[in-house]
Amino acid sequence: MNNIKPAVLTGEHFMNGDYACAEGALACGCRFFAGYPITPATEISEKMSRRMPEVGGIFIQMEDEMASMNAILGASWAGVKSMTATSGPGFSLMMENFGLGIMMEVPCVLVNIQRGGPSTGLPTLVGQQDMMQARWGSHGDYEVIALTPSSPQEMFDFTIKAFNLSEKYRLPVLLMSDEIVGHMTEKVVIPEEKDIKIVNRKKPEKYTDKYLMYKADKDLVPPMANAGEGYKVITTGLTHDEKGYPAMNAEAQEKLIKRLCDKILKNKADIIETQEQETEDAEIIVVAYGSPARSALSAVKLARKEGIKAGLLRLITVWPFPDEKILEVANKVKTIIVPEINRGQIVREVERCSYGKCNVISLPKLGNIHTPYEILKVIKEVSL
Amino acid sequence: MSMNEIHPMDKLIRADRMPHIWCSGCGLGTNFICYLTAMEKSGLDLNKCVIVSGIGCTGRIPGYTNIDSFHTTHGRAIPFALGLKLANPELTVTVFSGDGDLFAIGGNHFIHAARRNVDINIICVNNFNYGMTGGQFGPTTPLDAKTTTSPYGNYEHPFNLVDLAAASGAVYVARWTSIHVRRLSKSIEEALLKKGFTFIEIISPCPTNYGRRNKLGDGLDEMKYYREHSIIKHGINPKEADLSFNGEIVVGKFVDIDKPTFLDNQPDMSQMSVNNKK
Repeated sequence: MNNIKPAVLTGEHFMNGDYACAEGALACGCRFFAGYPITPATEISEKMSRRMPEVGGIFIQMEDEMASMNAILGASWAGVKSMTATSGPGFSLMMENFGLGIMMEVPCVLVNIQRGGPSTGLPTLVGQQDMMQARWGSHGDYEVIALTPSSPQEMFDFTIKAFNLSEKYRLPVLLMSDEIVGHMTEKVVIPEEKDIKIVNRKKPEKYTDKYLMYKADKDLVPPMANAGEGYKVITTGLTHDEKGYPAMNAEAQEKLIKRLCDKILKNKADIIETQEQETEDAEIIVVAYGSPARSALSAVKLARKEGIKAGLLRLITVWPFPDEKILEVANKVKTIIVPEINRGQIVREVERCSYGKCNVISLPKLGNIHTPYEILKVIKEVSL
Repeated sequence: MSMNEIHPMDKLIRADRMPHIWCSGCGLGTNFICYLTAMEKSGLDLNKCVIVSGIGCTGRIPGYTNIDSFHTTHGRAIPFALGLKLANPELTVTVFSGDGDLFAIGGNHFIHAARRNVDINIICVNNFNYGMTGGQFGPTTPLDAKTTTSPYGNYEHPFNLVDLAAASGAVYVARWTSIHVRRLSKSIEEALLKKGFTFIEIISPCPTNYGRRNKLGDGLDEMKYYREHSIIKHGINPKEADLSFNGEIVVGKFVDIDKPTFLDNQPDMSQMSVNNKK
């Protein structure tokens, strides 16, 4: 197919988060999108349906989200960067083959524009209620990578980051956005193509009959052979050995699952990103991610105006969880406040990692974002 | 037979994975060799041939095939195969899976891939029950047949798979049994070379589970039954391709048509750029 429009729309745009996500994917080489319509992620599909043919890629609207997830796994095995996007109900359906992606070690990106749940819940209103599902939603033991953007610009930037991490560590990476960020329209700057950092999967050496599909390098990640390249790919959702052959025994299970977890855990320093504002002398820290991080920043600034030593620790990577960073902060401050658009999910991780070194306060809210004043009120209460 | 003798299909088999898991008398070994024979005869570049399956006894076929092979989750082989094919149209992608996998848990994917006419090949081994889990009834189990979950006889109507495939839009539809080795190989070869969504059903013995509970004898007895009761009726309406519990088995090639595939129908962007400048 002819590439009639550039994949990288360099320049300044006024764009919503869902569109920025689609543009980020195209800018870093995603050429296969499979999705199923669902509010509030549908705009990603709509943008992809228009843009993929323009850049010579494939857009396909699947029959359901199980099929969408599987289609992107297949496309990635054919050597094409691939993505799907959904929200809560679809995310639940994708969990089945998210697990297959973990087991087969398939690079791809799964976007969740979170809305309120459980079940059909609040299709048009914001939620952050899938944060623990992102971590534990598929059966079995595994580690995940999940990023939480707070703006349309970050929808663009973090989609690229998600692809790069997925290619580097060979797993489906989760972009855990929310309805507010997805539907918010703001300035998005798309850089020049040459300025976009792109990571591609490691390729194995030339095929010999000694080739092992799942023999990992020192970084615990095996190079990846694509279908059609003559490597006689063998892969399965079953527990397998280095050859890729099913291995139904405890030793194989121990070895494989440990490596799948360790390839993330031992590379945490490379994967985890957090952002701090006004934290140097802070006595009260707000730990936030996604859209509430915006209200949290306003609240911190308002508190500073009133002479309260407040700061913000924003989680960009929620999974793997930044345990060490939370402990470091807990050792310095009196109180951590965690505003989330759920009944308190990530606050449990914050409590776990702070080892009782400081006071941890959950600030749950449902169906809407916290206003800066709601967060400020709590900051003021604990500062007394 | 000498221990050093090499199987004629050896280069297409992952011999270091033998022995396979299939029971004595199972039809899968025969079906597998028919597929390998077809692939070899087709003249296709074997480095561009891909096999995908879901879960079940048939689902183990990719793991024994010495080409790019994908053993996916239960019911999901078709969307996985679709992803492979659309992302790299040079690949010849075949899904080899069982009746429960493709038509119960995976039924929705089957009808939609057929509707889209994605250029992939589906081979369904229909042994009338869930073999791997110990012989439960499935979407093709005939009325009155006994299985571990239909101890009083099955009271659900089964699918006629060839009719379902044709109605959903498949461009090539055939049914054979495991004893039709030559015709089945030829049919698979035709499907591999055919552009569009193809479907081949293979009626196949499961003596350990289905055969034993329904007093059909051992694997050889089931094969004899197929030989005696199969009637070739090429080109008939698949609706009339009967498959009764104790009666005749209508086999043959029922559909062989041409229509544009999913990829053929992609928008011509060189035209779009003129007419739709936005």
